[in-house]
Formats: sequence, structure tokens, C-alpha cells
Amino acid sequence: MKDKIFRASLFVAACLIIILTASIVYGLVSQSLDAFSNFGFGFITSSEWDSRNDVYSALPFIMGTLLTSVLALLFCIPFSLSVSLFNGEYFRGHRASTILSSVVDLLAGVPSIVFGLWGFYTLRPLMVEMGVNEQGFGVLLSSIVLAIMIIPYASSLSAEFLAMVPNDLKEGAYSLGATRLEVIQRVSLPAAGSGIFAAYVLAFGRALGETMAVTMLIGNTNNIPHGLGDTGNTMASIIANQFGEAGGLKLSSLMAIGLLLFLITASINFIAKYIMKMVRQ
Amino acid sequence: MKKSFTSTTRFRLAKSSFFFYLVCGFSLVTLIPLFLILWELIRKGYAQFNPSLFTEVAPTSMEAMLAHISGAPIPGGILNGITGTILILSLAILFAIPLGITTGVYLAEKQDKPVARLVRSLSDLLQGIPSIVIGVIVYIWVVKPMSSYSALAGSVALAIMMLPMVIRSTEESLKMLPTSLKEAGLALGGSYATVVLRILLPSAFSGLFTGSLLAISRVMGETAPLLVTVLGATTVNWDITRPVSAASLLIWEFYNDPNLAGLIWSTSLLLLLIILGINLCAKSIAKRWKIQ
Repeated sequence: MKDKIFRASLFVAACLIIILTASIVYGLVSQSLDAFSNFGFGFITSSEWDSRNDVYSALPFIMGTLLTSVLALLFCIPFSLSVSLFNGEYFRGHRASTILSSVVDLLAGVPSIVFGLWGFYTLRPLMVEMGVNEQGFGVLLSSIVLAIMIIPYASSLSAEFLAMVPNDLKEGAYSLGATRLEVIQRVSLPAAGSGIFAAYVLAFGRALGETMAVTMLIGNTNNIPHGLGDTGNTMASIIANQFGEAGGLKLSSLMAIGLLLFLITASINFIAKYIMKMVRQ
Repeated sequence: MKKSFTSTTRFRLAKSSFFFYLVCGFSLVTLIPLFLILWELIRKGYAQFNPSLFTEVAPTSMEAMLAHISGAPIPGGILNGITGTILILSLAILFAIPLGITTGVYLAEKQDKPVARLVRSLSDLLQGIPSIVIGVIVYIWVVKPMSSYSALAGSVALAIMMLPMVIRSTEESLKMLPTSLKEAGLALGGSYATVVLRILLPSAFSGLFTGSLLAISRVMGETAPLLVTVLGATTVNWDITRPVSAASLLIWEFYNDPNLAGLIWSTSLLLLLIILGINLCAKSIAKRWKIQ
């Protein structure tokens, strides 16, 4: 009897997770119906955001999100690749690697809002000095901070995959007279390639959903950013900025942006998980 | 030996060692931001780091401005934020950890059943949802029906964020236990529930504990979901149906109000130190556990 109750409660807990996820999706869809029925497909393709005339659209924010995240990914690659080679190849199991990986892991623990403060008070004046634009806010500043935020996610997973490359393969290459760099180029990186790719896809997914730091640094203007110095808004930052005072159609539009953001991050995560599953088999 | 190398070999070796130093250099540069952030917070925040930070509520903009004009440090502290964070976090822990552990046990026991597979992928999906999206969903679920921002809403949002991490760490640490442990328990005549509750979960305790600590430290500094669910409050409030403040929300308020900017640094320093402390603590427990 006791066993039956116990088994049932395990099952109920698992079902609760299913219900929870289903109702998140249902909530997002049902709340954003209003916006989609009002603006139709134009919600995604037009670029107007006007509270006074009650006209809303998502394109500027989709572009802002993609631009900052892609740039962040590009900026983070040299650093996270170095960290993962340091931990997974050159110093695997060494004390130096333990120290480096724990410090980089701590970086992942720093709250988004603290990164935002640091970007605002320390990096923004640098941007102004470099002449990016007058205020320093914008795409460049937010993608640099985003890049620092996603380094831990990209590097720790990639290091794991690099460490999984069989030693026989590398030793074979060494015995043929390859240098360390050649082994990395021709053996380790190709062997761990898809895993590393998946790690970067996951890191990209992180960058897409980052809210506070970007909200504080991107400048919060509702236009499509055209360059590094341009200000803009991302999908996450427009929600954080305008949600408090929203109602009616605007609220529904913000929910629709939330739904789009959810769909984008979910598919990115799905792709990454799928690649990793293939690699592990 | 070295003299016998041809010039191409020397070039290849030089290239290889150049790359090695490049990797070391970039890796060292990656360490810099964390220390820069810590240094900045300590340099600007230590002056405000006094007992009143923990015993007084956040000052109003007016009080801060008057203090600023007379050249005194900003009065008050962040007591309302600290109590708010404690209230929201403990409720979130209450929601997330029992449910997460139970689900994790289910996943570890029913590894390949279709339901278990579905739940596993859904928990991955939950992990990937941006925090602000969870915030707006909870706004629709809790804030709107109650027609008031509340600590309860904030804790629901944080609990949803904690769930996937707790589920994952429970499943992983249960899977690491040898099957013989469970078999021995069952052979001694223990019922299924007894074996899981008295043998498996206690053996996996440190794994569960580490996972839960990491989950707590991850949501502790979250600001975005709280922004749309608990709003903030100027007084200490223990009523879960009313708006409260939180340490991370106070940082956001101070950031938006130039008069209060002086308090940003001590608040951030406190929050960051607690989070990093929990992180380090969890890591050291995990390490000790793996050796055994």
C-alpha cells in the first residue's frame, strides 16, 4: 500500500513537470493571440513600435537580439576556445587547469545585473573614449559584456568534449611526427568538432535570453540597429523595459515577443542537445 | 639534437609553441573580468559596508539627496531587500526542491520509459527558457488573478528556474549509485519506498545538496523575473501576498535613481560575495564526494 502511494507520487511529480511546461506554452500562446490577430504576419516583418497609435511589431527586437548574440558569440570564441584547449588539452588534469576552470565557473555565477553595472560604469566610459558613440551605449557594449557572460558556458562544455578525444588517436599523430599544434588542428579539433559546435550553440542560446545586462547597456531605442555603435533593444530587454506600464494590445504584443523568444531559444537548445546526443552515441 | 632539425621542422615547432603561448595568453585574459568586477565592487562598496546596511531599510531618494548635499554617506541599508530575498528564496526552495527531487527519482528509476524521456526533454526545455519569459508567464498566472504583485509570484518564478537543475542533479547522482545497493536493500526485505527513501536518497545526499545549492545560487541574483512579479517595497514585509523587495531589485532601483547610486556597490558586493561563497561551498562538497 505504502509502495503504491510512493510510486504514484513519483509519477504525479513527473506529470506536474509536463503540465507545467504545457501551461507555460499555452499561457504564452493564448496571451499573444490578440497581437497576432491584430497585426497578422506583419508583426514579425514590420518595424514599427508606437505606443501612442497602438501599433507594435517585433522585427527591430528580433534583429537586435540576433545581432548582439551573434557578435557576442564571435567575440567569445578566441577566449573560450583558448580556455577549453588549456583545460581539455594542454593542462588536462593539471592544477593550473583546476584553478582556471574554477575561476571561469565563478564568472558564470556573477548575476546579470552586476555585469550590467560593471559594463555601465567601467566599459561604457571606454566606449565613449574610443569614439563608438556619444553615450557609449549600444550594440558593441552589450555584445562585449554578453561575450564575457557566455565564455563559461562555451568553454566548460568544449573542454569536456576535447578531453574525450581518445589518446590513441593523438599518440598516433605524435608518432608520425606531428607537432602539438598539428595534433590539435588535425586530430583533436576535428574529433571533438561537433561537440564543440554544440557547446557554442548552447552558449548562443544563453546570449539570446540574457535580460538585465543588455537592458542596462543597449540604449533602449526601438529601431533596427544598423551598426556596432547603434543603439537598439533586444526581445528580452523590450519586455523588461515596457512590461510594467503595459496593458491591452501592448501587453499582448510583449507576450507575443516572449513567445517568439521562447520559440527561438527552444529550437536553438533542441539543436544543441540533438548534436550532443549524436556525439555521445 | 636540435641542430639536426631542418628549417621546416623548426618553423613547425616554433608555430606550435607560439600557439601554445597564445592559448595561455587568451586564457589568462579570460580571468581578468572576474577580478576587475570584484575589485570595482570592493573599491567602491567597502565604505558603505557597515552594520546599518543590515539593520535599516533603503532610504528614500530625498533622504539620500540631503545626505549627498551635506557630504555625509547615504543613510540606511538594504534590510528590506535582504528579508525579501530570504522570503522569496525560501518559498521557492519549498516549491522546487521536493518536486524536483521526486521527479529526479522518477527519471532515475524509469530511465527509458516514454514518459521519463518526455519529462527529461521538457526539463531541458525549461532550463533553456529565458528568465524574463518565465517572469511574464508568472505575471499572467499569479499576479493578474491576485491583482497584486507578490512575494508568492516571485518565488513561483524562481522555483520554475530552479526545477530543471534540481531534477538533473538528483537523476545524475542517483544514477551514479551502484545497482547492488538497491538490490541489497530489496533483498533484505525493504519495501520499494523504504529502499528509495532510506538507502538511495541518503547515499546520494551530497549530490542532491550540491545541486540544490547551485540552483539556489543561480536564482539568487536573478532580477528580470522579479521585476515583473514582486515589484519591490520600501518596508520590511513578511506577507507573501504583498509586494516585497529583494537585494537584486534594490540594485536595479539604486541604478535608476542617481541619488541612491552610492548604495549600489555595497549591495552588489554583498550579493556577489554570498553567491560566490555558495558556489565555492557547493564545488568543494562535490569534489569531496567524487573522491569517495
